[in-house]
Amino acid sequence: MTTEILLAGFGGQGVLFAGKILAYCALIDGKELSWLPSYGPEMRGGTANCSVCVSDEPIGSPVVTFPDILVVMNQPSYDKFINAVKSGGSVFIDSSLVESECDRNDISCHYLPSTTLANENELRGGSNMILLGKIIKETKIFTLETVKKAIEKVVPPAKEQLIKNNFKAIELGMSV
Amino acid sequence: MKGNEALAEAAIRAQCRCFFGYPITPQTELSAYMAKRMPKAGGVFLQAESEIAAINMVLGAASTGARAMTSSSSPGISLKSEGISYLAACDVPALIVNVQRGGPGLGGIQPSQADYWQATRALGHGDFHVLVFAPASVQEMVDMVSRAFDTAEKYRIPAMLLADGLLGQMMEPVTIPEPSESKCDKSSWAANGHQFKREHHIINSLYLQPDDLEKLVLERFERYELVKANETDAELYLTDDCDILLCAYGASARVAKTAVNSARKLGIKAGLFRPKTLWPFPVKELNKAAESAKVLLDVEMSMGQMIDDVRLAINCSKPVYFYGRTGGAVPVPADVLEEIKRLGGEL
Repeated sequence: MTTEILLAGFGGQGVLFAGKILAYCALIDGKELSWLPSYGPEMRGGTANCSVCVSDEPIGSPVVTFPDILVVMNQPSYDKFINAVKSGGSVFIDSSLVESECDRNDISCHYLPSTTLANENELRGGSNMILLGKIIKETKIFTLETVKKAIEKVVPPAKEQLIKNNFKAIELGMSV
Repeated sequence: MKGNEALAEAAIRAQCRCFFGYPITPQTELSAYMAKRMPKAGGVFLQAESEIAAINMVLGAASTGARAMTSSSSPGISLKSEGISYLAACDVPALIVNVQRGGPGLGGIQPSQADYWQATRALGHGDFHVLVFAPASVQEMVDMVSRAFDTAEKYRIPAMLLADGLLGQMMEPVTIPEPSESKCDKSSWAANGHQFKREHHIINSLYLQPDDLEKLVLERFERYELVKANETDAELYLTDDCDILLCAYGASARVAKTAVNSARKLGIKAGLFRPKTLWPFPVKELNKAAESAKVLLDVEMSMGQMIDDVRLAINCSKPVYFYGRTGGAVPVPADVLEEIKRLGGEL
């Protein structure tokens, strides 16, 4: 089985970082994986997106065109990708920045004001991790324990506060 | 690790101690990694003033017998082509990495395979070839580095690793090998210090007498024949009973493989031939893969360049169709599958 995940938003929202955490989760769980960022000028303040494939078999194309799981962190990404989601797939939407509501009834949409939640909980910039927490709660693709191990692998030990904040954001996402 | 970074680390572990480059997307992480790591490994990292300067620094360093390399992306490789021709003419082994992007001209920065003809036919002026390796995963970006250096040194032919933006930018699990030593003895030609204990070694590419130059070129082409006989490599995937044989290398081979698997689930006997060396082209491997095939489908991120070698290798004995995207667009497995289904219907 292969799960194709697409994360999309503005550059700076941590789309690539969240994708990297998912990729390391797959590595920790002994799965095949690929992580492919959009790169170039769009990374610097424009729209950024990131494809992550998790599979039991070797991965062919690392480019995700029709995701099983879509994370959208801004309106342009929503407009661009909402109709690409596979039937039966899940969408996670930062409703503080995306106004639209999806009228597709073959996918499950989860609305979460993650940017607002992050700001209210002194987790500025943690919107990505809040959404990630919601993903693992709803899809059970990885356990909380795996995600925490992945964060510890990706964030350097010297930035201990950052590790703590990421844990807090994940748990917050799981609680709403 | 990103493909670009993994390749850089693999080069250091393969005892490459001279890197000369000039930044260009989507290759820049490779130079950036070298800038950080190479000085710590006791080597030279130098960001040159241009691609042309960088390749000539490679020529200089490699002439002394050092393992030297440079990396760039498509427009930068065009600038290096003069130096690559000189490397070939001087019989100096070195490694050139091309992380391809869309062209022609400045083109774009998204992944492409439109430099196949350049890599296999025209990396500079004159009668010559370079060895061309085509990785299709981050692991192969790593494994092919020491292999490229070893083969280049064995035959005294420059080598190119022809990757693309997708392989350079993606992360995958990868095992980096332990440091290895070059086993090649370069003492018969390397232009290094010798304290007057032997004759000078002269590395030169200017021969004004046609007979002299012809003799050198002929000798070089004898070596090319040895390379063709001994150094081809390809992956054959589900080819034993295939009706439709897909031919693809690098990133497009990954897309093609997914499409082959989907076709098999639909009961269509598809297979994949994936060359790992583009020059020399794996002619006998392709003929073996194509034994049971009725048609071939060449898939590339270009307007169709490798397809020429596919047709030549099978001597046009079977129909060869083409599917490709260009300009930085990556083909989608579903679209390749549609092509397979269409061809399957015609059989």
